[in-house]
Amino acid sequence: MEPHLYLAAEATSSTSRTLTITLFLIFVAITLGITIWASRQTKTATDFYAGGRSFSGFQNGMAIGGDYMSAASFLGIAGLIALYGYDGFLYSIGFLVAWLVALLLVAEFLRNSGRYTMADVLAFRMRQRPVRTAASVSTIVVSIFYLIAQMVGAGALVSLLLGIKPGTTFLGMDADTAKIATIILVGALMIVYVVVGGMKGTTYVQIVKAFMLMTGALLMVLLVLAHYKFNLSSLLGDAAEQSGKGSAFLEPGLRYGVETAGDAAKTFYSKMDLLSLGIALVLGTAGLPHILTRFYTVPTSKIARKSVLWAIGIIGTFYLFTLALGFGAAALVGGKAITAQDKAGNTAAPQLAQALGIDYFGGDTGGAVLLAIIAAVAFATILAVVAGLTLASSSSVAHDFYASVMKRGQASERDEVRVARISAFIIGAVAILLSIFAQSLNVAFLVALAFAVAASGNLPAILYSLFWKRFNTSGALWAIYGGLLSAVVLVFFSPVVSGSPTAMFPDSDWHWFPLSNPGIISIPIGFLCGWIGTVISKETDADKYAELEVRSLTGFGAH
Amino acid sequence: MTTETTPTEKYLEVQRSDEFAGLRRKLRNFIFPVTVAFFLWYALYVLLSAYARGFMSVKLIGNINVALLLGLLQFVSTFVIAWYYSRFAAREIDPTADKIREDLTAGAAARGAATPAARADDAPETDTEAAK
Repeated sequence: MEPHLYLAAEATSSTSRTLTITLFLIFVAITLGITIWASRQTKTATDFYAGGRSFSGFQNGMAIGGDYMSAASFLGIAGLIALYGYDGFLYSIGFLVAWLVALLLVAEFLRNSGRYTMADVLAFRMRQRPVRTAASVSTIVVSIFYLIAQMVGAGALVSLLLGIKPGTTFLGMDADTAKIATIILVGALMIVYVVVGGMKGTTYVQIVKAFMLMTGALLMVLLVLAHYKFNLSSLLGDAAEQSGKGSAFLEPGLRYGVETAGDAAKTFYSKMDLLSLGIALVLGTAGLPHILTRFYTVPTSKIARKSVLWAIGIIGTFYLFTLALGFGAAALVGGKAITAQDKAGNTAAPQLAQALGIDYFGGDTGGAVLLAIIAAVAFATILAVVAGLTLASSSSVAHDFYASVMKRGQASERDEVRVARISAFIIGAVAILLSIFAQSLNVAFLVALAFAVAASGNLPAILYSLFWKRFNTSGALWAIYGGLLSAVVLVFFSPVVSGSPTAMFPDSDWHWFPLSNPGIISIPIGFLCGWIGTVISKETDADKYAELEVRSLTGFGAH
Repeated sequence: MTTETTPTEKYLEVQRSDEFAGLRRKLRNFIFPVTVAFFLWYALYVLLSAYARGFMSVKLIGNINVALLLGLLQFVSTFVIAWYYSRFAAREIDPTADKIREDLTAGAAARGAATPAARADDAPETDTEAAK
C-alpha cells in the first residue's frame, strides 16, 4: 500500500459523502425512534432523571462507554498516536486507570446514598441550599466546557468527513456554513434526545453508539493487524519508519515532556505539564457529573459495581484498539497525508478507514464505503456524548437549583421534570450559540479543563463527603468553589488562552502561568480548600454522618 | 410516634455496632491501600515517561520497548484490580452489608413505617416513589 493516500478523489468523495449522510440519517432515525418509545415509558421523575433505575449492569456499562468515549477519544487519541506515536497512548492509559477511582471510591456509595444528581451526596449532611447551588454551578461549568469542545469539534469535522474543500459547496453550503449547520443540527438533536427521551432515551442512544463504535473500531483493528500478519512488532516498526522519526516515535517525549536542548526551564515546565495532565486525567473522571449520574440508572449498588466492571472492560478494549488505529494510521496513511487534511490529526482514523477499504474491499468504492461508515460512527459518537452532558446539567438545574434552592424542596415532581426539560432546551441553545461564536477559536483545551475542574472541585468534595466525618457545609463550598476557581483562573493565565501561537487568542499575551494543564496545582488547592473550609467552621453533624455511612455502605433506604 | 428509637438513634446504634464497624474496617482496609497502590504505580509510569527516557526506550522483543510494555501493564493491572475488587466485595462485603440492611429493613417495618425509603429519606422532595 502506498503511504501517501489522500482523502477522497472527487468521485470517491461524492460516493462517500452520500453514504456517510445516509448512514448518519439511519442512526438518527433509529435513535429518534428509540427516543419516542422511551418518552412513552417516561412518567415519573425517576424515569426522566435515572431511566427508571431499570438498566442492567451490561447495558449501563455500554452506556457509560458511550457517554465517556468522546470524539476526543476516538478521533483525537488515534490522531495523537498517528502524529506523535507513543505519547498519544498516555491519554488512553490515564482515561482508563481513572475508572479505578470511580469503582473503588465513588460508584457504589453514590448509588446507595444519592438520588438523581451529584449534589444529592454532597448535600446529604450539609445545609441544602448553598451546597446544591455550588454543585449546580460546578456541574454546569464542567458540562458547558465539555459541550462546547464537542460541538466545535463536530463543526470542524464535518467539512473534513464530508470532504467539503475551501471554495467548493455542498447542498449550496460552503465549508463555513456547513460548520454552523452541523453545530445547529447536533445541538438540535441532542436537545430532542434529552427533552423527549430523558435518561431512558439518552441511555439507549449511548448504548447504540457504543456498539457502533466498538464494532467499527474492531473491524479496522483486525484489518490493520491482518495487514501485518498479526505481528505487533512489525506494525510498530513500519509506523516508526513511515513517521520519519525512527525509534523515537515509539518512545515517550515527542509531544509531552519535550526536552528542549539548552533551555532547562522550558524542559522543566514541559515535564511538569506531562505530570499535570497525567494527574488530571486519572482524578477527573470520578468527578464528571454526566458520568456520576449514570450510576443512578441501575437498581442497586451491586449492579452499579457490575456496570463499572463492564465499562472498564469496554473502555479498556477500546483504548487498546486506538493503539492499533493510531500506529496503523501512521504506517498506512502517513503523517504527511494526515497533517495535509488536519493539522491536529483528527482525521487519522477516517483516513485509515479509507486506506483499509481501498486495500481490502476493491479500490476506491471500498475505500469510500469504509470511510463513510467510520465518519458516521464519529458523528454518532459526538451526539451520544453531548446528549449525556445536556441531561446531567439540566438535571442539576431542575433537581438542585429549582427544586431545592428556589422552591426549598416544595416543588412537585411534575414541575421538577418540566423545569428539567426547559433547562435542557435552554442549555442546549446556549451551547449552540457559544459554539458558533467559538468555532474559529482553538477550544481543544476545554475537555482537559473540564477534567481539571472535575478533579479539583468535585472530587475532593465527593471524597470528603463520603469518608470524612468532620466535613461540613463550609468545607464543601470551599472545595467546590476553590477547586473550580483555581482551575479556571490558572487556565485563563496559561499559554493555552494567550501568548502562544496555538492559543485561543494567539495575538495577545497575558499569560503568567507556565503550564497548559492546571491539575498539578489546582487539585491540591481543591483538597486543601476543602480542609481549610471545614476546620474554620464549627458545624458538624454526627447523626447525619451516621446515616450517610450506614446507608452508603449497606444500601439501606436507597432510592 | 411512640417508638423507643428514632431513625437517627437507630443509625447511630448500627454505626457503633461491631458488625458494622467490622464491615467498614474490612472495606476501608481494601479500598484505601489499593487506591494508593494503583495511584503510585500509575504515577511511577508517568514519572518514568517524563524522566527515564533511556530506560523506557530499551527494546525488549523486536520493536516492543519498555515504555510500551509498561503502558500495556497499566491496562493489565487495571483489569486485574477491577476483577479482584469485585471478587473481594462479593465474598467479604456483600453478605454483611446485606444482613445489616435486612435487619434495618425488618426493624423499620416492625416500627410500622410505610417504606424504608420514606423513613430514611430526609430529602426535601415529596417522596412518591417506593424504594427501588
